[in-house]
Amino acid sequence: MSDRLKVFLVDDHGMFRAGVRAELGAHVDVVGEAATVAQAISLIAATEPDVVLLDVHMPDGGGRAVLEGIRKTYPQVRFLALSVSDAAEDVIGLIRAGARGYVTKTISPDDLVDAIRRVADGDAVFSPRLAGFVLDAFAARPDANVADPELDQLTNREREVLRLLARGYAYKEIAKELFISIKTVETHVSNVLRKLQMSNRYELSRWAADRRLL
Amino acid sequence: MPPQPPRPRLTRSRDDRLVAGVASGIAAHVGASPTLIRVAFVLLMVFNGLGALLYAVFWAVLPLAEGPPTPRRDPLRLLPFVLGGIGLIIAGSLFNSSDPGSMIAGWLIALIAIGAGIIWHQSQRASTPAASTPTTSWLSALASSRDRRMFLLRFISGAALVVAGVIGLLVVYSPGRVSIEWNDLWKAVLFALVAVAGVGLVAAPLLWRTLTALRSEREGRIREQERAELAAMVHDQVLHTLALIQRNAADASVVQRLARGQERSLRNWLYQPTGSPNEHFAAALEQAAAEIEDTYGLAVESVVVGDRPVDDRVAAVVAAAREAMVNAARHAGVRTISLYAEAEPGQLSVFVRDRGVGFDVETIEDMRHGVRGSIIGRMARHGGQAEIRSAPGEGTEVRLSVPVTVVREEASNE
Repeated sequence: MSDRLKVFLVDDHGMFRAGVRAELGAHVDVVGEAATVAQAISLIAATEPDVVLLDVHMPDGGGRAVLEGIRKTYPQVRFLALSVSDAAEDVIGLIRAGARGYVTKTISPDDLVDAIRRVADGDAVFSPRLAGFVLDAFAARPDANVADPELDQLTNREREVLRLLARGYAYKEIAKELFISIKTVETHVSNVLRKLQMSNRYELSRWAADRRLL
Repeated sequence: MPPQPPRPRLTRSRDDRLVAGVASGIAAHVGASPTLIRVAFVLLMVFNGLGALLYAVFWAVLPLAEGPPTPRRDPLRLLPFVLGGIGLIIAGSLFNSSDPGSMIAGWLIALIAIGAGIIWHQSQRASTPAASTPTTSWLSALASSRDRRMFLLRFISGAALVVAGVIGLLVVYSPGRVSIEWNDLWKAVLFALVAVAGVGLVAAPLLWRTLTALRSEREGRIREQERAELAAMVHDQVLHTLALIQRNAADASVVQRLARGQERSLRNWLYQPTGSPNEHFAAALEQAAAEIEDTYGLAVESVVVGDRPVDDRVAAVVAAAREAMVNAARHAGVRTISLYAEAEPGQLSVFVRDRGVGFDVETIEDMRHGVRGSIIGRMARHGGQAEIRSAPGEGTEVRLSVPVTVVREEASNE
């Protein structure tokens, strides 16, 4: 099978890498793994994987440093952040640095394979927790300073989709609930991701600034 | 005897103050009108400045009441009292013209008292949480670098007032009314200053070293406190859990429950601002979810957006959500439950979802009391709605919503 996805693991915990490799082995090609930022940058450049599973917290710079080292030269490589951390500033910071999704390390193997496929297709992957953070960040506060309505606000539909994601609905279930196609759900989520990355909303900037990510 | 409401402690008032809040603080303590106390202070001025003296002493001794930052004083409100005081003093001096000496002496004593008060005045910043260790003394006000300049300023101005008062007293009551020449006085003051400066020059390095030592000792103590807190956390919880996991290694469900509980408590400790479940909707809901996790040994993936203070309705929603989670844990046969809650300005919604066995909603008549009374009935009583969506094999979702009054968002964001 030549259309198997090439996946690269970046995590400083060897046990975790071994576990993920074993879980994913049947579905995708794990083409390499790295434990440090420098190692990751050189090996990703050498193997050119489709998707990189990226740990948020690592010594010398964390996932953010890997993203910055790779994204300019290899824009086709997609990143899926994988972390035990649920802190809003970690999650939002990684997404704003260019990751296309965020899942927690407790995710089930099937869901992880699903998320990798989705990211490889250019879609976004939001865990319920991330959907909650985004709803919080884009909450319609009367005092919110909206500079660019196109980027700084969510449409009602996008909000509905995020709410269902936060309630634990899968894309298929969301499509059924809202009487739209799965493709449309994916488009909405991708739009939210774009806003998340481009918007200058105060809350987002603040979250990122808390970790000196901007 | 009917129980009396507790009297407020004798403090200086923060929000109702004309000069330093002494009068309204006393008024609150004895239960009288602040204006009455103020008038009393002004009247006491006539007796050789006794009012000012008393005020200075109270100001120096009484702690500032706890509370939010002080609003600015309104100088216009002070005006009538000042005018009244000046009028009284003039009238008094007309009556007392036979003995101007004692009049002046009284005022000089008041001056000394105010000077001493300024020096000994209880520093508000000296009692910040970081410094509230038992060793806090007046020295720590000196040691904390933040308000050292303030302290110096206060010390100098207070000392100037005291010195002026003492010299004035000496001039008035000098033995046998020996007239002291101004010239001599200035010389004496000059000599005293030179002597003080000399002593200061000699003692400065020593004083400086003491201050540095004090500061570094305080920083060390704070670090030590943080370390002790972390050690206690690790020791009391994490090591304990690890020991339990080793002892129960054969029982997968127990191990999972222990790990999950420990993860949750570490996570809360690391990421979440502490909020009391009795006061905040989000905290109350998280607590309910935690109880379900512990009791039934499964995971509740909770996502809470927004927050609001707890009131009757909020408490009812939390209780209904808890019941929904209990039902899911008992009957759905799943390992995870999704809990989503959103506090919007005018509405509170909670969704409890599982992907378990589900049931036919039509047969709800036969169902347990839990659903009818604890969820649907409870929500209806509080003007809300409960909707249950389920089908055999497709899991269950309980949707709760209740309109709530709009609360102004204050500091809840930070």
